Amino acid sequence: MEIIKAENLTFEYIRRDEEGNVEGITTAVDNVSLDVKKGQFVAILGANGSGKSTFAKHINAILYPTEGTLYVDGNDTKDDDKLWTIRETAGMVFQNPDNQIIGQVVEEDVGFGPENMGVPTEEIWDRVKESLKAVGMYEHRKESPNHLSGGQKQRVSIAGVLAMHPKCIVLDEPTAMLDPVGRKEVIRAIRALNDVEKITVILITHYMEEIVHADKVFVMSKGKVEMEGSPREILSQVDKLKELRLDVPEVTMCAYKLRKAGLPIKEGVLTIDELKDELLRLKSIKKGEV
Amino acid sequence: MIRDITLGQYYRAESVIHSLDPRVKLSGTMIFLISLFINDNFIGYGVALAFLAFVIAMSKVPFKFMVKGMKAILFLLLFSAVLNLFLTPGEAWISIWKITITKEGAKTAAFMAIRLTFLVIGSSIMTLTTTPNNLTDGMEKGLGFLKVIHVPVHEISMMMSIALRFIPILLEETDKIMKAQMARGADFESGNLIKKVKSLVPLLIPLFISAFRRANDLATAMEARGYRGGDHRTKMKPLKYKKLDAMAYLVLFAYLGVIIGLKVVIK
Amino acid sequence: MPILVNHVTYKYNPDTAMEKTALDDVSLEIKEGEILAIIGHTGSGKSTLVQHLNGLMKATEGGVYFDGENIYSKDFSLKQLRSNVGLVFQYPEHQLFEADVFSDVCFGPRNMGLERKEVEMRAYTALKQVGIEDEYFYQSPFDLSGGQKRRVAIAGVLAMKPRFLVLDEPTAGLDPKGRDDIFEKIVQIREETNTGIVLVSHSMEDVANYADRIVVMDHGKIVYNDVPSNVFKNYKHLEEIGLSAPQISYAMHELKDAGLDINPDVYKVDDAVSQILEAFRK
Repeated sequence: MEIIKAENLTFEYIRRDEEGNVEGITTAVDNVSLDVKKGQFVAILGANGSGKSTFAKHINAILYPTEGTLYVDGNDTKDDDKLWTIRETAGMVFQNPDNQIIGQVVEEDVGFGPENMGVPTEEIWDRVKESLKAVGMYEHRKESPNHLSGGQKQRVSIAGVLAMHPKCIVLDEPTAMLDPVGRKEVIRAIRALNDVEKITVILITHYMEEIVHADKVFVMSKGKVEMEGSPREILSQVDKLKELRLDVPEVTMCAYKLRKAGLPIKEGVLTIDELKDELLRLKSIKKGEV
Repeated sequence: MIRDITLGQYYRAESVIHSLDPRVKLSGTMIFLISLFINDNFIGYGVALAFLAFVIAMSKVPFKFMVKGMKAILFLLLFSAVLNLFLTPGEAWISIWKITITKEGAKTAAFMAIRLTFLVIGSSIMTLTTTPNNLTDGMEKGLGFLKVIHVPVHEISMMMSIALRFIPILLEETDKIMKAQMARGADFESGNLIKKVKSLVPLLIPLFISAFRRANDLATAMEARGYRGGDHRTKMKPLKYKKLDAMAYLVLFAYLGVIIGLKVVIK
Repeated sequence: MPILVNHVTYKYNPDTAMEKTALDDVSLEIKEGEILAIIGHTGSGKSTLVQHLNGLMKATEGGVYFDGENIYSKDFSLKQLRSNVGLVFQYPEHQLFEADVFSDVCFGPRNMGLERKEVEMRAYTALKQVGIEDEYFYQSPFDLSGGQKRRVAIAGVLAMKPRFLVLDEPTAGLDPKGRDDIFEKIVQIREETNTGIVLVSHSMEDVANYADRIVVMDHGKIVYNDVPSNVFKNYKHLEEIGLSAPQISYAMHELKDAGLDINPDVYKVDDAVSQILEAFRK
């Protein structure tokens, strides 16, 4: 069962010069078709300017396709009557934690979404509590967001979306402005949402380490979906990724270079353990030969 | 470090005044202001002083915090007192050289000084005991009746609370941009006025751009979280009057009654 | 001539109840021509430290010396110091303000009181150094891509011809290619002009490939100040203070423990590859 379904989605915008004359048309998303199934953890990977964020904004009906259609849980995003249903079905977390926190106290910020939905007061409190617990921020509920670290702020933002009880959460480069500790915290929280709460996750990123646990990866470049597959399938194509301004984790790179140098290592090594197992396997074969 | 600045100078404490409904505090401040201006005798000010002292004692806020606000208006206070003192016509009281101080002048000047002092201290009790958030909530609900004449009460209070959240962030940003331009040799201190104003351009332009970007991001984020104005919204922390609030209202009206009574009797 | 940081302590709100020590007795020497990385998690004091290098912040105790002169002495020109120690802040593109790229880069050298011709020469050279082509010179900086904006902002500091270039998180938010481009340019600038480079980062992986020396900070103190391989030996301690060694460093230690005959102290992918190949050839 698909929760997100894009059919030939194209998004164009008109560029104007200072006098307002049309300079040209930019195609930010170019004929994208993809499906996301309920409960999946999907990563959309791409360099800056690849159109991945523009695509993400369609899922929340912040932008509408110029051509093609996007369905969120069966609802066409162009259908104005369904606008609020769509925004409640697919929540969105943005890049800059400072620019998406509205409340002056953590718990009040998390309550903002349910308040907008008209949830009764008592239930708002229950939802705020359970959401903050899910991201491990419950003990900070009375604090001012200004005094939290980047990773903590971003987890508050996730809780804010979670409290709306969405079926799907879209995260638009949620870790781009964080330090490594904050990044780990946020990724851990996101994985827990998917594993424990069974919420569909769409993670937009350009950090390769973050896609390793995804069920499926789409790689975008110049508005198009260039690659599609499991993390292993994607990460084994090192040259292609480099061409798209991307990278691979260091171990994957190492294994790839060893393979190129003639060692018969399997393709798409993702973790240190895999590299170790491969090398030990080769070593034992070699010993056997002697 | 700039983020530590508390706006609206809220003083955290647990007191009866702190726990009052913000609407009570708003109307209380209004009633106190009105009482100051309808009163025209010293006994009345004595009552106002007693009332003020009672509320301050109840609030558990150290008195020095109340006086802080006085510094800002000290000049205004002296200025208006001096003007009243020398320029009010009437029966001569003291006369030195060409300057004459009239009895009426002295009285008006004293009243003016008392009014202003009480006014500032009175309203600072409200800001010291109410979080900015609570205050905007109180305004939204307390002034809700204005919606009938199409005043966008919800929108205004939403704007206020967002501004309150972003002021510390923008202050920090100002500090950062200022340092970045100083690292490129910018000088914000020396030179004449025109030069100083000119030197602000490299600071203000990036600051405006950043503020607009943040505003844009925030608007998108709010929409994404289902915000569509004040209708149909529920409240996580709805304002509800308690027994204590009713009692506070009683005290307030009793106080106002005394002031009005005094005015009538003394005349 | 080096920059010398001598027993510097910096306290926010000294002698009040809110006193907070951001730097605690820090001593450090930075030489021309070297690439020094300062690593620490958020709040470790690394950004506070670099703002002392050009006199934007003043030490509560201790001193900073440039060319052997105390920068806090009365007749020392801080303005001149700032052109000699060019500091590029995090997200420097947020400081751009002129209508076109070229004028923005001219801002620094113009503030130095140079002649117009010299100012423009320097702006031109700086833009070339960061790889911005002529066609962009008269565009609004706000129309450029994120990576380009970042490079223009760096050029704005480079145009002052600093002898030291200090960059706070120069690659934050950039994609992998954009990140590699910036580092490549920085290395090139060092090669061509022997400028001393200070990279401030919270990510080991990003700077490991370029740094000659790494300074690790934690709670306002310098914990390590050594060549990369010696710093990464302490990967367990690095983790305790919220950092990590490059992934390849971990891999090499694991492989060594699993019985492979390799040197576990290499931390670059290419070195690791040759070590492993070597081990298999034996």
